Amino acid sequence: MQEELTLLQAINAALFDALTADQSVVIFGEDVGGNGGVFRATEHLQTHFGAHRVFDTPLAEALIAGLALGMSTHGLRPVAEFQFMGFIYAAFEQIISHIARMRNRTRGRLSCPLVLRAPYCAGIHAPEHHSESTEALFAHIPGLRVVIPSSPEQAYGLLRAAIAHPDPVLFLEPKRIYHSIKQAVDRQAEWPDLSLSHRVCIGTDLTLIAWGAMLAEARQATIWAQSNNISIELIDLVSIKPLDIDTILSSVQKTGRCLIVHEAARTCGVGAEISARVQEQAWDTLLAPIMRLTGYDTVMPYSKLEHLYLPNHHDMIGYIQKLMEYPE
Amino acid sequence: MTLHCIPFSPPQQHDNPFDLAQCLAPNLKLACALPEFATPEWLLDIYEQMLIVRQLDEKATILQRTGQLGTYPSSHGHEGISVTLGKTILSEDIFVPYYRDQGVLLQRDMRPRDILQYWGGDERANLHGNHRDMPVCIPIATQCTHAAGIAYALQYQNSEQVVVCSLGDGATSKGDFAEALNFSSVKNLPIVYVISNNQWAISVPLEAQTAAKTLAHKAYAAGCHAFRVDGGDVIALAHTFQLALDTCRTHQGPILIEAVTYRLCDHTTADDASRYMPEAEREAAMKIESIKRLEDYLHQENILNANKIKSLHSKAKQHIEDEAAAAAQLNEAEAVEIFDSLYADLPNELKNQRTHCIHKAQSCKKN
Repeated sequence: MQEELTLLQAINAALFDALTADQSVVIFGEDVGGNGGVFRATEHLQTHFGAHRVFDTPLAEALIAGLALGMSTHGLRPVAEFQFMGFIYAAFEQIISHIARMRNRTRGRLSCPLVLRAPYCAGIHAPEHHSESTEALFAHIPGLRVVIPSSPEQAYGLLRAAIAHPDPVLFLEPKRIYHSIKQAVDRQAEWPDLSLSHRVCIGTDLTLIAWGAMLAEARQATIWAQSNNISIELIDLVSIKPLDIDTILSSVQKTGRCLIVHEAARTCGVGAEISARVQEQAWDTLLAPIMRLTGYDTVMPYSKLEHLYLPNHHDMIGYIQKLMEYPE
Repeated sequence: MTLHCIPFSPPQQHDNPFDLAQCLAPNLKLACALPEFATPEWLLDIYEQMLIVRQLDEKATILQRTGQLGTYPSSHGHEGISVTLGKTILSEDIFVPYYRDQGVLLQRDMRPRDILQYWGGDERANLHGNHRDMPVCIPIATQCTHAAGIAYALQYQNSEQVVVCSLGDGATSKGDFAEALNFSSVKNLPIVYVISNNQWAISVPLEAQTAAKTLAHKAYAAGCHAFRVDGGDVIALAHTFQLALDTCRTHQGPILIEAVTYRLCDHTTADDASRYMPEAEREAAMKIESIKRLEDYLHQENILNANKIKSLHSKAKQHIEDEAAAAAQLNEAEAVEIFDSLYADLPNELKNQRTHCIHKAQSCKKN
């Protein structure tokens, strides 16, 4: 069954198919019921599957995370929606202190097969708190998995895999590209491994690592590079935690150059961790310093200035040129 | 027409249903007819179980003071609540504890040695006890939303089981408690929240915690039923818990119970209550606490005599000594345990760290 879907429609399709496939799947969050979610990711699901399987919670994020935990340890497979990543912090204690720890705390007696979905990233001209990318906060939590899709096809498979996975998964949705790409999605295809990065294109001169909405910008930079005889190996990180460091290392060992792009703030960002690992394990193959192109270490600006905060493909091209010229 | 603004006044303490349920009053008189379940055998069993909890707490404190155990929270003043609650919850029900619930856990397949293993710093203790119960929850009130999630799962599965979530008075100040109680009422979940109100959250007294007349009043805003019960009266406690569980089992909604007691010990072994707890208040509470009250009643009714009381104390003490000896014999945890239950399958990036840890453990053993 092949359909042309946007990333948002792919998420809706994955939720629909997961609810159909497994009676233990339940979906809840703020406005996800009759309203179908503020972005419509859960549209029609309550009508189709009933209010016991798809329901609105009171407006309480810590509750949403805690409920998911309790359901998951006792037979259900909850998929909880946080309306925006900027509102997930009230649930942070539940995620870091309980969801990510329950399996370890009970030495495997209880586990939390659950998915926490949250739209994240900037670029939709939203009010304050609706545009941050704080995936690094969650990448620091042992016991948690964090994944970010960058295309409709990937979003479908990743979400199905996340819901079926025995570990708790934070599933971050790049809302800037919810509607921007349409792609054929095969709903029968095998789901990807949650832990693996995806080599988008093979190259020999420079490894470019990006994820989420930044991947679209990275593709444009890659196209520019091709026309300028620079061969880019583009890696879609996909799994923020755990890191698929083997894929990254094997690429950098081949290219000798590494550029990491993320829209999150720079300091202690995921790029810092990738950079450190590459330095530790592939330093002898490097032809140039590892570079990061990131958001600033500032508060995410309101919509008027967000274009200045966000890395774009022009910035990437500048960095690619710099790296290719190194050390001259 | 003038616009009327009528101030809402919260109900006062004397309003039903927030009278303190009581049967065995502090003066050892019965405030009501003795319920059928309160046979001499039942009372004796409760008494013996409470002695075991008291002995465990005393032993654990000694072990901590002599460097053989980590920080430990005694439950002096809670024994009546814990033991009657533990006796009332069915084994197929699900218990969601906080950290002062050893008296309940001992009724749910946990042994004193398991409790000592836990506070001795060994996660393997959480493999023991009722296998569907949640482990001890340390961050205050956060277990309340887990309990609501479990109750939702039970309702979804058309189960007859009930969730019992235990918390202290300080927990009622946290959002997690309010959010969980609110949701439980919205969904009419089969869940009993039991507040052991011991008047203190470490050093902060109840009047600094809330201006509500009672903690049971907090059920009002959530649209939830509530009971208030004398935490030193094992008969009223058992009756109240049974009523609440029966009510939830027949899908008549969540229930909040405030069991009123007094913390007769430090918050934990890391605390010194003499810095803040008025001595007179504590002494007054000592006179009406659950173990002494039941002991005096059983003595008064000639169910126990002084010799028998002494021998039951010795029996409980010996049991705990045996358990502590067993706890001391436990094999040591292996290095790999730090890693092996973190994920269903250990991610590749952690495998090197696991190997490193194994080597570190080996070199620690050699040194």
